[in-house]
Amino acid sequence: MTSEISIQHQDFALADEVALLEQDNATDGAVVTFTGRVRNNNNDTEVSTLTLEHYPGMTEKSLAKIIATAKERWDIGRVKVIHRIGALKVGEQIVFVGVTSKHRKDAFAANEFIMDYLKVQAPFWKKEQSDKGEQWLDAKHSDEAKAQQWS
Amino acid sequence: MINVVFFAALREQLDCDSLTLESHELSTVADIIKQLSARSEQWQQTLNNASLLSAVNHDMVDKSHPVKAGDEVAFFPPVTGG
Repeated sequence: MTSEISIQHQDFALADEVALLEQDNATDGAVVTFTGRVRNNNNDTEVSTLTLEHYPGMTEKSLAKIIATAKERWDIGRVKVIHRIGALKVGEQIVFVGVTSKHRKDAFAANEFIMDYLKVQAPFWKKEQSDKGEQWLDAKHSDEAKAQQWS
Repeated sequence: MINVVFFAALREQLDCDSLTLESHELSTVADIIKQLSARSEQWQQTLNNASLLSAVNHDMVDKSHPVKAGDEVAFFPPVTGG
């Protein structure tokens, strides 16, 4: 079995990740995936590059906890979380969350839960390079509110 | 000794990614903040920001959390991944 968590510089391919989630997995009829990408605009700023920093060790531990909580809460099968670090250009993939389950409801919910908690608990930070220079992004209250909806 | 690490904007503001402190006289995360705040106006301001987050041994904790020799204590701004 491959690791559920990967923090990596290199890109990933959706098709490969889905294939791994489905391989020798006859019990789960549902596969839900989410891919996050770098968008070209943030708060009316033209973004060219995002640089992702993380806290090695704590990142993996916090993601493992989020995945464990999702497994307690929903009847899900396999989980994969990929988060890229380093410099990423507009349009590049940043994050992947894939969840399988017997039925779609649990897979949808668990996927959204993992993504919402990753946003507010996993120690990643984005620095934005734009036409206005470079700056660290501020956390959004809306992300905190979204995560709290699950509690 | 306690290993203290800093990330993202905090690391840049302090121009420091890690340091070590003697552990005696330090019993909580708040004690570390207090001791480091005495270094300069910049440290005082940066470490007393209301949004400052802290972790001990890779778990997010409150400032009242105990610390002991061998611990890794981290300070960082609110996270913005995903």
